[in-house]
Amino acid sequence: MKASINGEEHELREGLTVAELLAQLQTPERGIAVAKNDRVVRRSTFEQERVQNGDRIEIIKAVAGG
Amino acid sequence: MTDTFKIGKYEFSSRLIVGTGKYPSLDVMQAAHAASGTQMITVAIRRINLDERSGKTMLDYIDRSKYVVLPNTAGCYNAKEAILTAQLARELLETDIIKLEVIGDPQTLYPDTRETLVAAAQLVKDGFTVLPYVVDDPVACKQLEEEGCAAVMPLAAPIGSGLGVCNPYSIRIIKERANVPVIVDAGVGTASDAALAMELGVGAVLMNTGIAAAKDPVQMAEAMKHAVHAGRLAYLSGRMEKRLYANASSPRQNLIAVDKT
Repeated sequence: MKASINGEEHELREGLTVAELLAQLQTPERGIAVAKNDRVVRRSTFEQERVQNGDRIEIIKAVAGG
Repeated sequence: MTDTFKIGKYEFSSRLIVGTGKYPSLDVMQAAHAASGTQMITVAIRRINLDERSGKTMLDYIDRSKYVVLPNTAGCYNAKEAILTAQLARELLETDIIKLEVIGDPQTLYPDTRETLVAAAQLVKDGFTVLPYVVDDPVACKQLEEEGCAAVMPLAAPIGSGLGVCNPYSIRIIKERANVPVIVDAGVGTASDAALAMELGVGAVLMNTGIAAAKDPVQMAEAMKHAVHAGRLAYLSGRMEKRLYANASSPRQNLIAVDKT
């Protein structure tokens, strides 16, 4: 299946959870937050929330700004 | 008497809020934060870089036991983007405070008041402590207050311009009519700008470039600390009336005389 991650299309295994996706991307779970299709995915649900075909995932962090 | 500054449930002794952008290095940034005496520091929210694996983020350079982190929605051009950014920031930082910034034009970085109002209403309903960046317009500030914002943050001048308080009379009117704290946000270029803003009676000043783009940001941070404090004290002291002609401070009687011949 395909999903968009931070605007880039990625080919992913069917039924992947958000936690598994982060592991696959080698992204530590601390210091980030995730949205799926314009809704925040709570950190406590990373293990349950599954990525579906066509989903748009945003993974964000804090950066320099004023 | 302690002169504290309150925004919603948050309380500060410092009236200077500073940013994390444009510093020459993270070491300089941290030293500037310490020198400024600030208790609240802004950060932006952006996508992670999927190719970069360091896992370090700006949060690794801010001691959250000392500073409240104020995330912003900078870069958002509509209410929907700003709302999702605020919600992601809340999830990331476990905080309800948000600097709401909805930009309407890339060259002036002036806010889009209509979209800011839409986002503010939604975020207030969603339990956020909303601090909106707004034009120096008393009507827009009043409308944001009516939507339940915890403070209003009129610009002194365009973001990053360093032009200082361009319209002190508007800022004064905003301050006189507001029932929530007024924070001058953006445009402060040097210490006198910060002092002037505080002398107008606003509650606090938020700045980034004024410190970060100075040749010596750490020293400028210290200057801003003193300027904000001096401006606050001057405001509380009540300045003298201005007059057109001189008024001698020394006695006009009992002057000595010399032989004028």
